Parts: sequence; structure tokens; C-alpha cells
Amino acid sequence: MQLVGSKSSQRLEEIGEGSVTLLPVDPEDMWHANNLIGPEDVIKAHAIRKVVNESKTGSTTSERVHTNLTIRVTSTFFDPGSSQLHVSGTVIVENSFVNLGQYHTLDLELNRPFTLWKKYGWDSVARETLSDALKQDKEGAVAAVVMQEGISNICLITEYRTILKQRVESTIPKKRSASSDQDSGMRRFFEKTLSTLIRSIDFALPRPLLLASPGFVAGDFKKYISDEGMRRGDKTMLAMAKEATVVHSSSGHLHSLNEILKSPEVLATMKDMKFSKETRFMDDFFERLRKDDGRAWYGVGPVEKAVREGAVGRGGGVLLINNSLFRSQDIATRKRYVAMVDRVKEDGGEARILSSDHESGQRLDALGGIAALLTYPILDLDDEEETHDAQVGEENMII
Amino acid sequence: MSRHQAYRNYDYENDLDEYAGDDYSDEEEELSPEDRAQMDAGIAEIRAALGSASSKVTTKQIEDALWHYYYDVDKSIAYLMSNYIVPSPSSTAKSATPKKSKTGGTQELVVAEPYEQKSTQRFSFADFFHDMPWLDIPKDRETVFVEPVQPRGGLLGGASAPGKMSKLQALAAARKKKADGQKSDEKLVQKTTREMASLSLSQTSSGTAKADIKTSSTAIGSGNTPAPQGLDGVTEEKHIDINQSKSREQQKPTQSSDQLYGTNIAVTKQTVDTIPQGVAGYDEPATPSAFAQALLGPAHSSASLGPRNQYLFPYMSFTPSVADAFSEPSPDDVVLTAQSKASNKKLAASTSKKKGGADVKGDAVTDGIKTLKVDDTPLPKSKNLDVLGEFERSKSKKSASFVVVGHVDAGKSTLMGRLLLDLNVVDQRTIQRYRKEAENIGKSSFALAWVLDQRSEERSRGVTIDIATNKFETENTSFTILDAPGHRDFIPNMIAGASQADFAILVVDATTGAFEAGLKGQTREHSLLLRSMGVSRIIVAINKLDTVEWSQERFDEISQQVSGFLSATGFQLKNVSFVPVSGLHGDNMVKRSSEPTASWYTGKTLIEELESSEPMTRALDKPLRMTISEVFRSAQSPLTISGRIDAGSLQTGDALLVQPSGEKAYVKSLELDSEPVDWAVAGQNIVIHLSNIDPIHVRVGDIICDLKQPIGCIDTFTVKVLAFDILMPMQVDVHRGRLHAAGQIVEIPALLDKIKGTELKKKPKIVKPASVARVRVKMGTKVPLEAGQRVVLRSGGETVAAGLLE
Repeated sequence: MQLVGSKSSQRLEEIGEGSVTLLPVDPEDMWHANNLIGPEDVIKAHAIRKVVNESKTGSTTSERVHTNLTIRVTSTFFDPGSSQLHVSGTVIVENSFVNLGQYHTLDLELNRPFTLWKKYGWDSVARETLSDALKQDKEGAVAAVVMQEGISNICLITEYRTILKQRVESTIPKKRSASSDQDSGMRRFFEKTLSTLIRSIDFALPRPLLLASPGFVAGDFKKYISDEGMRRGDKTMLAMAKEATVVHSSSGHLHSLNEILKSPEVLATMKDMKFSKETRFMDDFFERLRKDDGRAWYGVGPVEKAVREGAVGRGGGVLLINNSLFRSQDIATRKRYVAMVDRVKEDGGEARILSSDHESGQRLDALGGIAALLTYPILDLDDEEETHDAQVGEENMII
Repeated sequence: MSRHQAYRNYDYENDLDEYAGDDYSDEEEELSPEDRAQMDAGIAEIRAALGSASSKVTTKQIEDALWHYYYDVDKSIAYLMSNYIVPSPSSTAKSATPKKSKTGGTQELVVAEPYEQKSTQRFSFADFFHDMPWLDIPKDRETVFVEPVQPRGGLLGGASAPGKMSKLQALAAARKKKADGQKSDEKLVQKTTREMASLSLSQTSSGTAKADIKTSSTAIGSGNTPAPQGLDGVTEEKHIDINQSKSREQQKPTQSSDQLYGTNIAVTKQTVDTIPQGVAGYDEPATPSAFAQALLGPAHSSASLGPRNQYLFPYMSFTPSVADAFSEPSPDDVVLTAQSKASNKKLAASTSKKKGGADVKGDAVTDGIKTLKVDDTPLPKSKNLDVLGEFERSKSKKSASFVVVGHVDAGKSTLMGRLLLDLNVVDQRTIQRYRKEAENIGKSSFALAWVLDQRSEERSRGVTIDIATNKFETENTSFTILDAPGHRDFIPNMIAGASQADFAILVVDATTGAFEAGLKGQTREHSLLLRSMGVSRIIVAINKLDTVEWSQERFDEISQQVSGFLSATGFQLKNVSFVPVSGLHGDNMVKRSSEPTASWYTGKTLIEELESSEPMTRALDKPLRMTISEVFRSAQSPLTISGRIDAGSLQTGDALLVQPSGEKAYVKSLELDSEPVDWAVAGQNIVIHLSNIDPIHVRVGDIICDLKQPIGCIDTFTVKVLAFDILMPMQVDVHRGRLHAAGQIVEIPALLDKIKGTELKKKPKIVKPASVARVRVKMGTKVPLEAGQRVVLRSGGETVAAGLLE
């Protein structure tokens, strides 16, 4: 995203109630825009609108006009697959084509600037999102194929999100049939996966490719890619095979990505990428949760209480929060989360906003989207006394 | 004078007169002497060639044919043959077409040139409506319309050179010749013989249940023509087919055929002669032609016999002649029964069983109708057996399946390979071959394992990847082996295997270090899984004892540790037994060990332990449930599945529901231990050939269930689990048999008391290992699951919990 400066090359810290004009340049920017634009914000952007004119005789003609519209946002819709953002709202600035109060849905486009006013000003989280969006030093996205026999998930891991591009399923004959059947079944599966991979992810520029599976599937697939490249004399494919890293995962489902992202092979090459950091945060948290020492808590209720008590502060206090929470349609809810983040920062703790579109974010989502590591243990945050006195007898268990 | 005028005045008559001898218009009447001579020679030749059949053709027709084919005798014969003598191929083809689609492979030859002849004219309304009351058409016939595969019409068959003559025509001609030899004078006699023959058919086939179709078909053959002798296999079918249709054609000169062969009434007359006698006093309704049957679909005998006293379609009475042609089973019937006999004895049995008594004809026809259906793939016929009753009566050997589990490289596959070798399921030669191949890739000790590890990947890597099944029988039990992979990456496959097993063999490696590693690894995880899948009986095979000189101390040490661990897992020790074995050499497996150092062991051998194990009780009377563990193509059906029936029973012809796709399928046939069977009950590992379903809808892990009480597809469920690891809201893999799907724990509503099942704590933050909790799991997609099923939750390659669906 680029900042299109007209007003004295804005300094972000002082943005206050002002507006920013932004120019999205790559699909990832749409995702940032989605995080920036909230309900009741005002956005001005280029629009194409169908205008129906009625002549005196009653016949109607309709034409599509290019115009600039300013709307007050009521809702946003982000399509992760194609990275398109649709912003709907009511028109607040009249022009010759549209009246005040008419509804319009803006389709934000790449390389067309839009201007954004925040109704409630730019809070800390919004400012941080904006500065993230404006960061220029983008790291390349990583392609990953998580597979097992018969299933493969092709995804693209960018800095802020993991996009599942395509899921490939193919039946592979089991043991009963002759082994040649099985081999050809595997070959068909590889063929399908490879062609889908090439179609859905652009390998024109070399990019890292992660192949993960239980057993030998990924290794075989890598070999298959390089064999195919040889056979067809395809340089791209050979380069792909060269760039590919084979990683072990416990299953071919997408959630195995977290295992992949913390594997030594991946950490060695992509340690500093945002997603691997986020994965590490989550792993740390789960590690602490396992200890069950009263210092790791999840869920809005307990965490909010802990933050209020100042338990998430200097000396190891960490707040993990999913950015999906800030996308809340309800302004009050959003404010509550922002307040929590500010409070933690005030107390000297660390507030980490995780991308809900990453594997780690999904894991955090399962915990209610928010979790915290406290500086000191608090045991009764969930309001109930623990009565834990199960005895193991010789009788049969209930299950 | 212009040239024009010169031409105008030119006297053509003169010129033409000069060439009077060659005048084209005269040629019809008068042939040149050469032509005449050629013609005479040709006629003689054709008559000779046609033999007795020549009586059916007039000299005029022969001449015409010769003239048109320029005295090419062969072509003329072919033409005459196909048009006048045996004008049948069209209807043969007609009747063959639906059959082809029905039966596939073997029949394709018959329909080689089906549409050369015009066929529409053969259609008769009486055939069509004979068994229906006026304005009361049975439902099953109303909407059926089969479009002709190709447009009708085209050349008459005669144009083909003898070399190109279809096999069908050639056969027909040959038959015809033979038949005519007999038929020429005594048509009445023949008629009687035919009726006799049909009677004899009833006698022969009503005899035993599995009466030979061959006999009956021979009887049919002899009715019309000299019995086709030495008929076999496919040729048999074809011969009969031709015989039948040909004879039918002879006796069925309807008005329409008169029109069709307008000029040849003389010929048809000859055959018409036979009809009135045959028809006199014959009031049984004609059965539909094979084609009509194909068009109209099945009719039940009651339906077809019923409407006799109802008002029939007006044209009925005009075509009485057709009736006779169908006194025998249609050619299709014969072929179909013969085929079904070959592929499926049962069907043949049922067909022949039904024939008998007075209404042979009626039954034969209805049978024929039953087997003929309009759809591409016929709905398999259900015998409506009382499966449970059959099962009680069958008193067959008890069947049991067991899974072989253990840590990777404990020697599970080798142990089973040895077992199969010692029981002579696999012969020594095969093992020798494997040994040789294994030596070639430097893994000679894997030879025995190759009996079960058949995938090239498994062999080259020396590790079992997927469940392998094999069978063997002892005196009173037939066992199914499920050889599970030990490697932790393939635990999903092991779960699939364990879900099909009644009991388990836990193989423990006795070598120093290996046992200890296993106890931390898959020995532990596998026994946890077995426990949570509901397998309660375990035989612990302590393997590779030969490497520690059959040390009794080692055996005792291991059994102690394992039994301690198993009882902690929840197994009852009375269900656990220990056997010291050597898989590589076969000690204490089938035969007692001959090693002097192993003489201290006096307990049961492995096979004795297996025989003393009782299979679990089966949920026979529950609605059908079966998890598909394999999907493949087979000779019988493009879609064949296999698996173990979890509950209920099924039989051939049953309609089933495949979940989660929700598609309906029919059981075409069933196979148990590679023997075709009619029914199957819970606990059996069965192979099902399905029909009427697209393979896309059937995947491994899907559930086959009863149509009336289907299993639901859900995406959120509550499960009471025993935690093996810390549980918190997290992402998990959900396993149930072959089903393997991604989901996440969204909520932990309660922590439960292990024994009483009462709530200890609401909404715990985490669940600690070895405690019991109720958790809510949300799946990524809808999966077929229902209360009472056992699921395993895994995460990050570890089994974290297992439990019962609520």
C-alpha cells in the first residue's frame, strides 16, 4: 500500500481525526484495507454505477458511469480467494448521478486510490495496522502443499495470511488391487496436484515451496516434480523442485501447517517472517497452558479480568489477540479490545496482534480469539472452584 | 439451314433401330444369349448353393438378384439369404441391443450390424399392449422410452460381399440350411415336436434347483432345429440366440412384413402356411418380443396374466400368430440365464427354480421380463431373504478378525507371513521368490513380510504403510488378518484396521532396547487406541525371542511390564495372554518350538490362543452400517467396495445409502472370502459390488447404511472422551475407522467423573491426561457420525483423546 500524500506528507502519529489517501498495489493490500475499514467510516473511491435515465416519453436508458463516490460504510466483504474487497454503504456526498442516502457497494480496485476517514479517529490498533500496511519491505510469499495419500491442500503463505488456493482429492486404490493400480493411482494424484499447483500459484519468480506430508508422499512428490521437469524440459518445474523443502507433518489437513511452520527446516529459512513468529507465540502459549500453573488464560472473560488487574504487564506479560476481533461490526466491542491492548502496553506488557488468516490465528480463534500470559499466577479467573478429586479404581471406566 | 434445324430434323428412330438388339428398354424382357446363358448358370449355382432353402425363392427373384449383382453368385446368395430366406437379423439385432447394454462385455459381438435392416415395421401394437387393460397402463411402463441408438435404415444387407457377411448372417444361413432339410415336408409334425420340446424344457428344468441351463437350452434348440450340439460358453449363447430369432421370424409374417417385402409375398406365403395350425385355439396372450420386453420393462407374472378378462386393446385379436413364437423363453432369456449361470449361480438357480408346474411358459416369460430392464444397469433382484434367519441356520464356522499391532519393526508383517506360510495359505515357492527378490534389494529378512506388504513402496522401504488383509482357516474358525502399520505416520491406517477387528495381537520386540523404545512409542499408542476402539482381548506376542536365546527372564520381564501397562490402560488382565514367539523361524506359532532353550514355555501356541478367543457379539438386528475401507474396480462391477459390516445385515438387491454423499446404490452381488453369497451380517468382512451409482460419490471412509434408517451427517457433535494428553480448545483430526477428517474442539462443557460419569467441573480450561471430559467438536465438513460410535482425536501426530459420541 502506498500513501498518496497531499497533506504535508502526513506523519502517522499525528493523524488524529484526519483522512488518509491510500493506493493499494498488490492483493495483500486489500486485506490490509479490510482491516482498516470499519463500519461508520467514510470512504471515497472510484466507482462504476449504473444510472437509469427516464426520458419524457417514459422509455428508459441505462448507462454505466465512472464517478467518485463518498459513502459511509455499513459493511465490508472480503473475498480471501481472489483478494477482493467490497465495501457497502450509503452515499453521503451527492453528485449528478446519485442522490444522498442511496446505497452503493464500492469494489476497491488495485492501483486506484481511495480516501478513508475514521469516524472515531485513529486508535492505536488502527495506526499500527496502517503502518503495517505501508511497510515497503515485503517478504515473498511461500507456497506450501500439505498432503497425504489422496488429499493435498495447496496454499500460499503471505506475510499476513494463509490462503488456501485449492484442495485436491483423488481416490487411490488400496491394497486389494494390484500394486500397479496403486502406483498409477499415486501418479494420477501427483499429476493432478502438480497441475493444480502450477495453475494456482505463480512460479515465474522462484519462490520457496514447502511440501509436507506424513510418510513418504511429499518426498515422492518432490521427486515427481523434478522427473516431470526433466521429462518435459521445463525449467520452471526443475527450479520448483530445487526450491522445494520436504517437511514432515502428521496429516494432510491444513491445520498441520503449524507443525510445518515450526519445523527446523522452515525455521532455518523463514525465521523472521511474521507467520513463523506468530506460530512461535502460539506454541509458547500452549506450552504454558499445558503447565496449567494459572499463568496462561484464554477467552475474553478471564483475559479481560486479568488485564484489568494489571496481571499482563512488565516481566513476561503477553496479550495475544486476533485481528478479527477488531473487525467487529460493533464499535463498542472494538473499543473494548483496543482498550485492552492499550492497557497492556501501558503496563509494560507485550500486545501481539495475530493475523486471523494464519494457521496460528486459527488456533487462537479456537481459544476465543484472545489469550494472555500473566506475570503472576491467578487461579480463579473463571469464577469456579476447582474440585478435582478423581480416583482411578479397578472398576471399568465409563468409556 | 442452321445446324440447329439439322439436329431438330434428325431422325433418331433410324439410329435407334439400328441398335435394336442392344436396346435398353428391351433388356428386361429379353436377355442376350450370353446373358441368358450366364443367368441360367447363375441360377443353377444359386439353387445349388441355397440347397433346400431355394424352394423359398422364386426363379424371378434369383434372376433379379443376379442381374443386379452382375452375375456375382456370392453376392446374390447373400442378398437372397438376407432378404428372403432369413430376413431375421434385424429383429435379432433388435433383441440383442437391450441385452448388450445389460450384460456388457460378452455380448458385443452379436450386435455387430444391428441397424442395417429396417426394423420399425416389425413393431406390433398387440405385442405392446397385450397384457395391459385398456386405458389402464401399469405405472412401470408409462414413462419408459428408449431411443434408438442410431437412425434406422441404410442399405439392405445384400450388398455385402460374402467375406463381409456378418457372422450373424453366416450363422443364420448355415442354420437355415440345416433346418430346411428337415422342415421341408412335415411342418405339422415339427410343430408338435416344438410343443413337446417346450414341455420337456419344463421337465428338465423344474427338476433340481440348479438345473443346468445347458440342458434347457438344448431342449429349446431341438424344438425348432436339430439340436445345436457341443455348444459351449459364448458360442452357445450366440447359437441359441440366432436359432431363436430365426425361428421366430419364420413364424411371424405379419401384415407389416408383407408390406415390407411387397414383391415377395410368395415367399412369405410359404411360411405363413405354418401359422394357422399353430395358432388354432390358442388363446394364451402372446408374450412380448424381446424388444418389447426391453422397451416395456419388467412385468410381474400377476400383472401379465391378470388382464385376461379385462377389455383388451382392440387390435389384439388381429395378430394371433405371434403368440406361438414365444412359447419358449426368449433368446435373451436363454442368454441371460446362461450368463448369470456363469457369473452368478444364484440367479440361475432362482430362474430355474421358478420354472415348473403347469404354467411353465408364463413363468419363463415373466422370468425373462424380470431379468430384462430398461435401464442401462438393471436393478439387482432381491430375494427377500430373512437374512438373520438364514444366518442362524447356516451354522457356518465362526468368523473372527484380528488386528496385528505393535511398534514399528516389531516384526508384525513377518509374523503374519510366517503364520500364513505355516498354515499353507502361502506356498513355499512364493516365499522363495520373495526371498530372492528381497535379497536383490538387500532386505532378505523381509521376505516373509512381503506376503502382506504388497505395495512396491512398502517393499522398497521395508515398512508397512497400509492395512493388509488376508485370510486363513482353522478347524472351527475362519480368521481375517488385518496387518497394521507400526510407523507413527500411518496410525490413521492402523485405526482403520483396529476398527474392523474383534481382537488384537500386540507384537512386542524382545530385543534389548527395542522393547523399551516401543513401550514409549507405538506399543503404548496402539494399545491405547485398541482400548478406545473397544477391542478388549489382546494376545501379546513377544517376538524375536530367538535373538535373546529364548531367555525366560526376558520374557517374564517384558510380560510384567506390558501387563502392568495394559491394566493401567484399562484392559482386564484375564483378557490378556502372552506367547513367546519367533516370527522369523516360526516357533510357538503353529507348531511348538523345537529349540531346547525354549522348552520352558508350555502354554498355548499363538494359533491356539487365537482359536480360544471369542469374537465380539454382533449387532445383527440394528440398522445396517458399514464403513467403506476400500474402493476399487473389479471384473463384476466398476464400483466394488469392501469393509466390515459394523451393524445390521444386507443381501443382494438391497438398496443402500452412501453417506455423506447421500446417493442411493444397489447391491449387485456380494462376496465373502471370494465366494459369492446372497447375504451378509455384521462382523463379516464383505466385498460388495454396487450398481446404479457413480463412483464419484463413493470414497474410502464413507458409510453405507440402511435407506430407511440412514445415518445422519453432522458437523458438530459432543463426545465423551478419555484424554491421553492435555485437551484444550484446539484443532484435531477426527478418526472413525477409515474416516479421517479435520475438526476442532470448540468447547469443553464439563469434566466428568471417571467411574460415575457425574460432572466434576463445568467448563474446565484444560483437560489433563487420563481424565474424562465432555467436549464439543466442530468439523470442517459434514461427516456421517451417530451416537454410540467411537472416535479417536489426534493432534500433531499424537493421539490426544478417544471416546464415545453422545
